[in-house]
Amino acid sequence: MSDYRVIEAKSSVFFDRYERKPELQQQTHYCPGCGHGVVHKLIAEAIEDLGLQDRTILVSPVGCSVFAYYYFNTGNVQAAHGRTPAVATALKRSHPESIVIGYQGDGDLAAIGMSEIVHAANRGEKFTIFFVNNAIYGMTGGQMAPTTLVGQMSTTTPWGRRPSNEGFPLHMAELLATLEAPVYIERVALCDNKNIMRTRKAVRKALELQRDAAGFSFVEILSPCPTIWKMTPAEARNWVAEKMLPVFPLGVLRDRKLPPSGNAVPPQHSVAELLELAAPGEAPSTLQPPRAPLPGLAVNIAGFGGQGILLLGQVLAEMGLRAGQEVSWLPSYGPEMRSGSAHCHVCLANERVGSPLVEHPQVLVAMNEPSLRKFAAQVAADGLVLYNRDALPAGFSVPQARVYCVPASEIADRLGAAKTANMVMLGALLELTHALPAETALAVLQTKVRNPALLEINRHALDAGAERIRKAVPPAILTTA
Amino acid sequence: MPSEPRGKVTINSNECKGCGLCVDACPPKCLELAPELTPYGVHPARYLGSACTGCGICFYACPEPGAITVYRMMPPPKSPATLSQEANRAATL
Ligand SMILES: Cc1ncc(C[n+]2csc(CCOP(=O)(O)OP(=O)(O)O)c2C)c(N)n1
Ligand code: SF4
Ligand code: SF4
Ligand code: SF4
Repeated sequence: MSDYRVIEAKSSVFFDRYERKPELQQQTHYCPGCGHGVVHKLIAEAIEDLGLQDRTILVSPVGCSVFAYYYFNTGNVQAAHGRTPAVATALKRSHPESIVIGYQGDGDLAAIGMSEIVHAANRGEKFTIFFVNNAIYGMTGGQMAPTTLVGQMSTTTPWGRRPSNEGFPLHMAELLATLEAPVYIERVALCDNKNIMRTRKAVRKALELQRDAAGFSFVEILSPCPTIWKMTPAEARNWVAEKMLPVFPLGVLRDRKLPPSGNAVPPQHSVAELLELAAPGEAPSTLQPPRAPLPGLAVNIAGFGGQGILLLGQVLAEMGLRAGQEVSWLPSYGPEMRSGSAHCHVCLANERVGSPLVEHPQVLVAMNEPSLRKFAAQVAADGLVLYNRDALPAGFSVPQARVYCVPASEIADRLGAAKTANMVMLGALLELTHALPAETALAVLQTKVRNPALLEINRHALDAGAERIRKAVPPAILTTA
Repeated sequence: MPSEPRGKVTINSNECKGCGLCVDACPPKCLELAPELTPYGVHPARYLGSACTGCGICFYACPEPGAITVYRMMPPPKSPATLSQEANRAATL
């Protein structure tokens, strides 16, 4: 007996068994003769040969290949229809050391996902897209795809695609080759042995380029869909050669040896630098390490646009930043920039802020009655409500919280600048919570209010707010009044 | 005794879907679809038992990850004479 050794066998990048269905653990779900299977094999083989299995994340699409994650023993994410390039962008940017492979059909990539692929390619995202073009929507039973040939029947072009009504087939490889950023674009076909081997080479090359961090690589693969085309597997392969090749010429459309020059990392300024809290290059941590840990605080500030709602939140957040806290500021306003309702959420914390959304504020600053009515019930038990009038509306109460009525607008008006009502409220809030020292508020305001006279009014406003609290009637009496 | 074929293939009939692409693709035509049916109701590919060159073409024609395994005969160990011949050729290149 002679010695035979295995030269071609199932790639170890495929799972041994596919868990999709208990009774079909050895079979993919693809129709006999479907091109997706061949593409899968070529990708798996390249991943294996290049030693990339542990680093690979495959993004499968919506389409017949939606279940690719049952087959590839790699990292897997299944993206919403057409969104593979967007998902791949996030994966590659957050895990630059990984090999991110997007797998897409022609409906997925060239119809619903057209915008994602164009922009990802244009940004030169450093991942690879394998685009399986079978000129039809396979999964949904044969509707026209953007790549359907002129004259080709589909369920939505039952008399054949007519350019006068449905336009011409889209040439995705050529279209993307008009962009500057991609480093490699090739169209290949699964029409015969020779071309399958060319496809194998292209798949491998695209992944090598990604391994070498070259840039965006794209391989369009003309692929048979015997089922929808209503052909035998052999006829379908011939149809790729005879009908698709004349419309979609094969070849390399882009092969750039060097990645485009330039550093993708934007110039870094720390938040502290941008807010003029630190000189360029100065480490923000040297700013002001927290002396004693300050109490965290979650605040909702609400009112009309123009009342300085968002600015009040900003000042509070920047104060926290100066005190070395983790902060977030989440503004929310309607389409009207003035006079609509506006609110913002501010978190001051001693650990990283998990979510900037404040569902149950410890403090609600309600600058008008609609905001009070809208948000009072959300205030946390034992929380605080600061209301911009000298009494609550008749019959209204906030049973779970302490309410302080601070007629900030009136006070500010008397000080000579109605728009400093927000600072009256800030003064009151700081006096009540001791969350941060009032001097920090002034330091922040100095960077925002350049007019010295106005700055002075702001200082008075802060003081007046604090003063109001010091003299306030205890809230229990107010709320029951 | 006729010399043993250079290659051979095995077909996993649990995976084969009987598409026939390997049969078409094989240059020496040493594959066929079997007359019997698998439990999945397809005629699976099978190796006719001779003439396989171990070229691997059927493997790449087949859409199924592991339906086909291709083997090639190990080259016989080289004699010292051929080894030194090869070394000479390499040196003159
Ligand atoms: C948002 C959304 N719109 C539409 C669909 C329906 N849908 C599923 S697959 C598909 C097209 C698939 O065609 P293609 O991308 O060419 O892949 P193939 O199945 O041919 O491999 C469509 C329109 C969906 N799942 N989600
Ligand atoms: S419908 Fe077409 S693309 Fe989908 S699995 Fe079947 S042959 Fe493949
Ligand atoms: S390895 Fe080559 S010769 Fe052998 S069965 Fe496959 S295609 Fe035919
Ligand atoms: S190509 Fe694969 S699935 Fe098709 S008949 Fe041959 S072994 Fe079976």
